[in-house]
Amino acid sequence: MDISGYKGVMVFAEQRRGQVQKIAYELLGMGRGIADSLEEPLVAVLVGAGLTDAQAAELVYHGADKVVLVDHPELAVYMTEPYTKALVAAIEAFKPGIGFVGATTIGRDLAPRVSARVKTGLTADCTSLEVEDGTRNLMMTRPAFGGNIMATIICPEHRPQMSTVRPGVMRKLERDPSRTGEIVRLPVEILPEDKNVEILEVVVEKAAKKNIEEATVLVSGGRGLGNAENFNRLHVLADELGGLVSASRAVVDAGWAGADRQVGQTGKTVRPDLYIACGISGMIQHIAGMEDSEFIVAVNKNAGAPIFEYADLGIVTDVNKLVPALAEELRAAKAER
Amino acid sequence: MNIVVCVKQVPDTTEVRIDPVTGTLVREGIPSIINPDDKGGLEAALVLKEKVGARVTVLSMGPPQADLALREALAMGADEAILLSDARFGGADTWATSSTLAAALRKLEWDLVICGRQAIDGDTAQVGPQVAEHLGVPQVSYASELSLEADGKAVVVKRVFEDGYQRVRAKLPCLVTALKDMNTPRYMSVAGVFDAYKAEIKIWKLEDLDVDPANIGLKGSPTRVKKSYTKGTKSAGKVYEVDPKEGARIIVENLKERFII
Repeated sequence: MDISGYKGVMVFAEQRRGQVQKIAYELLGMGRGIADSLEEPLVAVLVGAGLTDAQAAELVYHGADKVVLVDHPELAVYMTEPYTKALVAAIEAFKPGIGFVGATTIGRDLAPRVSARVKTGLTADCTSLEVEDGTRNLMMTRPAFGGNIMATIICPEHRPQMSTVRPGVMRKLERDPSRTGEIVRLPVEILPEDKNVEILEVVVEKAAKKNIEEATVLVSGGRGLGNAENFNRLHVLADELGGLVSASRAVVDAGWAGADRQVGQTGKTVRPDLYIACGISGMIQHIAGMEDSEFIVAVNKNAGAPIFEYADLGIVTDVNKLVPALAEELRAAKAER
Repeated sequence: MNIVVCVKQVPDTTEVRIDPVTGTLVREGIPSIINPDDKGGLEAALVLKEKVGARVTVLSMGPPQADLALREALAMGADEAILLSDARFGGADTWATSSTLAAALRKLEWDLVICGRQAIDGDTAQVGPQVAEHLGVPQVSYASELSLEADGKAVVVKRVFEDGYQRVRAKLPCLVTALKDMNTPRYMSVAGVFDAYKAEIKIWKLEDLDVDPANIGLKGSPTRVKKSYTKGTKSAGKVYEVDPKEGARIIVENLKERFII
């Protein structure tokens, strides 16, 4: 394809129930840097029903130069085909060189469908994105092959260069209400044949448990704990620190913890102030989800475990004995104050 | 009713080697399994087979030894197995993979295609939706429940989101991507294993498909692996090899110094 006419960075601004999601602002924060290094505009596309200029302005305040509103009553609730039509219309109208979509369950449904339709590449779950000097190609880096390897992917001959980025990986910009941008409305026609899936029921489940992505302290357990009983003992320690318990993929696969607790490439990305890795060996797929934590403590009886290479403080010892000892030590420290 | 389940053979360890020249995964020599989400999808198809008498075909793309995954699927109860295996299919990214699978699906009769949500070696979750787009049929991804409507013309799917779920009705033909938690896959039956090892696995090559060679394999892939590397580490902190009590003391001391506690 002729790629010369494709310019700018486009971000799909996901909304649910009319609420623009945090991932939209994170993508704008990251996209701003890319757009600046290319000296090209940053465009946000907001798809929904009854969209307001105020919502568009928020996207501008968070970095967008232009906001494209695709507004249609049939776009109120996410559906694959109507949303694909909307985003493809925006791509065709504005011909961006780069397209970012959040790696949410909506983004991971929408982005591949869009990439197949416009015949371009899509790189999933990128952890780093930068422009290559000279070629100006987007270098999309992601953990690959079970997380052992980082792979940098390029999409040299197709546009837009699309990638998905998971929530929590990029940082949004400080809101700046003095920023200005252009707001445009892009009409789209949604036909009956675009609606092949009928939504019978929408159930919003209030997260009963607090989300591990929001915790400031995480006590995280791995297979090295040996069994579910030992894993459950981490809660005492987490309570002592006012934090939550999270887990490695091995623990979730073993059924000791629910999938909502999983940290890592296929789980959640977290960056708490304190991350205590208990009996976690530290596969890259896990590291990818927690390496930006402020202070990382690793406890493992195997001195050769890779986790120690990422930890700010490492203790080589029997983790199942350390956990209760640490809880006790913390109680004692509190009592002193 | 005809159901095609797309399955991928994946390495069951995290032991990985890459080809230093192409930067793609070398699969030889690594023990393999049916990808877990695909196996959940296969089980869902086999449940429908029992309930409504569907015919279940398993379809895979991979090297010749991927026939083992298909034999396992046959031993679980699938009726027919097709392997897309041709050196020219190799090195494909998700776009070219989905284009190849879609070409094979165009040759088959089906009402429902089931793919796993994502494969554990790539975790992209792209191939299912891309196959649906190439075929021009609706998709429902992240399925945790699947049933057929009484008239046999639509499926009802529980589609999971981070913050809840939708129950949706999709007219057939359509494509569903399955989550491994949607069921517990059955074991292979003894008779099934015996038959599966004798069963014929159809091998389809490029010539068997009606597909533009520009849309398959490495050549048909919009993305390229520019480089791959083992991740560098930040400078490691201090490591103490001590008894648990002393370890606890050191941690608390550090947390105090950093005003975390």
